[in-house]
Order: sequence, then C-alpha cells, then structure tokens
Amino acid sequence: MSEKVLMKGNEAIAEAAILAGCRHYFGYPITPQTEIAAYMAKKMPKIGGCFLQAESEIAAINMVYGVAGAGKRVMTSSSSPGISLKSEGLSYLAGSDLPAFVVNVQRGGPGLGGIQPSQSDYFQATKGGGHGDYKMIVLAPASVQEMASLTVKGFDLADKYRMTAMILADGTMGQMMEPVSLSAVDVKDYDKPWAVTGTKMQRKHNIVNSLSLVPEELEQLNFARFERYKEVEANEVMYEEYLMDDAELCVVAFGIAARVSKNAINEARKAGVKVGMIRPITLWPFPKAPLLAAADRVRQFISVELNMGQMVEDIELAIRCKKPVTLCNRVGGMIPDPQQVLEAILNADKGGNA
Amino acid sequence: MMNQILIAGFGGQGVLFAGKFLANKGLIEDKQVSWLPSYGPEMRGGTANCSVIVGDEPVGSPIVNKPTTLVAMNLPSLKKYENDVVPGGLILVDSSLIAEKVDRDDVRVCYVPATRLANDAGFSTLANMILMGKLLKESDDMSFDHTEDALKKVIPARKMNLLDVNLKALETGYGYAE
Repeated sequence: MSEKVLMKGNEAIAEAAILAGCRHYFGYPITPQTEIAAYMAKKMPKIGGCFLQAESEIAAINMVYGVAGAGKRVMTSSSSPGISLKSEGLSYLAGSDLPAFVVNVQRGGPGLGGIQPSQSDYFQATKGGGHGDYKMIVLAPASVQEMASLTVKGFDLADKYRMTAMILADGTMGQMMEPVSLSAVDVKDYDKPWAVTGTKMQRKHNIVNSLSLVPEELEQLNFARFERYKEVEANEVMYEEYLMDDAELCVVAFGIAARVSKNAINEARKAGVKVGMIRPITLWPFPKAPLLAAADRVRQFISVELNMGQMVEDIELAIRCKKPVTLCNRVGGMIPDPQQVLEAILNADKGGNA
Repeated sequence: MMNQILIAGFGGQGVLFAGKFLANKGLIEDKQVSWLPSYGPEMRGGTANCSVIVGDEPVGSPIVNKPTTLVAMNLPSLKKYENDVVPGGLILVDSSLIAEKVDRDDVRVCYVPATRLANDAGFSTLANMILMGKLLKESDDMSFDHTEDALKKVIPARKMNLLDVNLKALETGYGYAE
C-alpha cells in the first residue's frame, strides 16, 4: 500500500495504528475524531482485532490500561472534553509504567466548548492533565502523512519507554485529506517481562499497580521514572526548521498553525523579511536546544497558536528569556489566516513587541 | 500555479464529493493536493463547503481564505464568499438556484444553470458534477484528462453503476456554452 492515496487525517491514524500492530481499540465517539473509531469498527473485526465502543471515556481508558498491562499494543482516541475524562486513567497508566497510545483531536474549550479546531489542550498534554508527577510523549503532526508516521512512532516510543505517547492534533488535521503513503511497518518487538500474561507456574506473579503505600518506595519509583524521562529528553526531540539559516525572526508553531505560518513566512520572504520557523514535532520533549541556539541569532520569536499563548511559556523557558516572544493567535475554534500571521511578522520586523 | 478552490452550497448538494473528485484528479496527475471540509453540526439542508488546493508547490495552509476559484451552489454561499475571490479569479454560479449576478468586474464569472441542466438530463442530483465539468473547462491548468480514473476513486464500489451518469454530467458541464 505504498501508493499514495487520499485519506482523512483521522483515517490515516487508524490505518497506521493497525500497521503498527495495534489490535485493540477502545473509544467513545466525539467530534472531530469519530472517523478513527468508525475506521476501527470496520477494520478490526476483519483482522482478528478488537474494536469496542465503551460505555464512557473513563471505561475506555481503563480498558486500555488492562490491555497495556497484558503487554499488547492498544489505543484510544478522543477530543478535548473526552481527554479530560480520561485523565485519571492517564495518570494511572503513568503510575503503573504502562505503554499506551492516545489521540487527542482537539476542539475549542474549555468545558464542552465547540467542535471546531483548537490547540488549547497544550498545557493539559505537556504538563499532565492528571494528578501526580508524570510526563507523556506528545506528538504534533502537521500533515496527514505525519498523522500516520507519528502514530507508528508513538507506538514504538510508548513501548520503548513504558509510557503514554499522545498525538495532539486538531480538527483540521483530523478532517483534512492529503496524499499519504502507508507502507508496511517493521514493528519492533519489545521484551515485556513485566506484562501480566499468566505465570504458567514458571515464574513469580507480575503485579501491575499504581498504588504504593510506602513513601520510600514510591519516591524511588518517581525518581526511576524521571531517569527514563531524561533519556526521552536526550534522545527523542523532533522538530523541523524552515528557512532558519539566515533568519532574524523566528516563528514557532505546530500543527495547523505551522501550516498557516508557512504561507505567511513565504509572503514575508517575498517582501524581503528574513523570517523562519522552528516547528516542534514533539511538544514534550520540547525542542529547547534549537530554540536556545536560535535565540542568539534572531531578534524576536513569534508564537502562533490556536490558544491563549500556552506555548509562549515553554519558548521563554527554552530561550531563557533572552529575546522577546510575541503571540499571534485565534481561539474558540477560529484559525488565524496567513494575513494575520504576516502582519505579526511585519510588526515584529519593525521592532514591535506587542 | 496553485488553484485555491472553494466549493460552497447546501449540505446534500454534493459539495464534498465534488471536492474529492478534484483532489483525486490532482493526485492522479501528480499535483500537490489537499481537501478540507467544513464540518459542523449541520446535516442535509445546512451549509457545507470545502477547500480544495491543487498545484505544483507543496500545500501550506489547507484552508482556502482567498479562492482563485469559487463554486457557488446557493445564494448565501455566493454572498458570503464572492468578495474573497482574488482579482482575476473565477466564480462559477449555479444560475438555476441563484438569480442574482456577481457584483464585481475584476473576476471572471460563469453562470451555469446546473440544476436545470441536471434535471433535464435525468440526473437531478448531479448539478455539482456539471459545475465541476465547467470548472475543468474554464481553468487554465486543468483538462478533461483522467476524469474517469478520478471518478473511480471517489465513487464507492457499491455505487459504481453511477460512474456513467457522473461522467455524463461532467461532459455536460464541460461542453456548456452560455
């Protein structure tokens, strides 16, 4: 299936998950990600997999917990309010060091909000929506091809580091169609000696649990977990640099905001403005090093987001506040048009900080 | 050359299908393409539109804010988007459903009575494809090539018996002269 086909982003995630060896999907419908569940409902029974529409989001994430504990590749998908419901489960998955794959195709919030595209779950995804000290690997696709490739990557990283990998997409990424080529995936088989697969009377029981009542032990579990997170930060950062070689201004944007920004950057370049972009592909781990390096070369950063500026904080931390960071945004399901981003770039070029 | 096409009308008129046809045709022709539907709580009878980009360069934003081509299948859509069309752009109007004229002299306008033509020919649901035929005719870098292959990609297998009427509708639009 390496021939290019037109597919919706949501469908590309579902097909890529199957190629990555996922045979268990649990979910509950919500716009704008329902095509993932619909695709799985059609496909899973034909390939000996399990599609189950749970009675609620909370049930679905706990089914994920169960399959993950058995050492099998498993996923769920939802949109913003549904991810809030799943957050308790995400914390338990982290507390039990289980690998899982979760998709959030964001919509405008807070609350029930609307159903149009948004990126306002940035904090929830990168700082942890559930309780406790934990991280998730957060992947931000900006094309249908990346919806597929980052899904495959997400399953691999989840297994490798025994943690949750989350795709943080938005309504446009889920709903749009673009050419995508889906080739067979070489699925790496990770040894999972911790999985609860039955002892066959040959080994001690494995216990998967997030309860740990001895503080000394719980502390060590947290320390050990964060040692693993350090490895992720050292090895798994992904980003794209666009026209950064001679850039004096740096746009930072992910997902649909990066797509819109590319148009604006191309227009600004035509007007002679030296502007480039750093597009985080992993939102956690955040591409701190390339941003810090850019801070010595550029005059200003412009964060383009579909939220009230949540990523601005991470940029400022990454660049240690060496340069001003301005915000260009729309919220509530609105998307900035290239003209708005262009104006933000031109304003920054004139030295405007607002 | 980047064709930024916006197709807009009521839900049920085949707006999204028409866009899928164009996108698949572009893919067959090795062009860069994207297709983005409006999505919302509306069902049949509500508003529907889709952004289709077909061109030689990689597609940046998949959202068509400034169409080079607007296909208007009802009056609200024409009113909403006619001023967004770039100067020198193209507007296709289903003149069976829209009595008003386009109030601009810096764009090219084609009035096609697509719904009446479709009714007369006995395929009343294919006004969308008649307009697509006209779009192929009027767009500089588009042709009638690969239409059948593109249709085969977008018509579901169980409805492939409708291939011929779709092709006929495209031919009707392609051959229509005002």
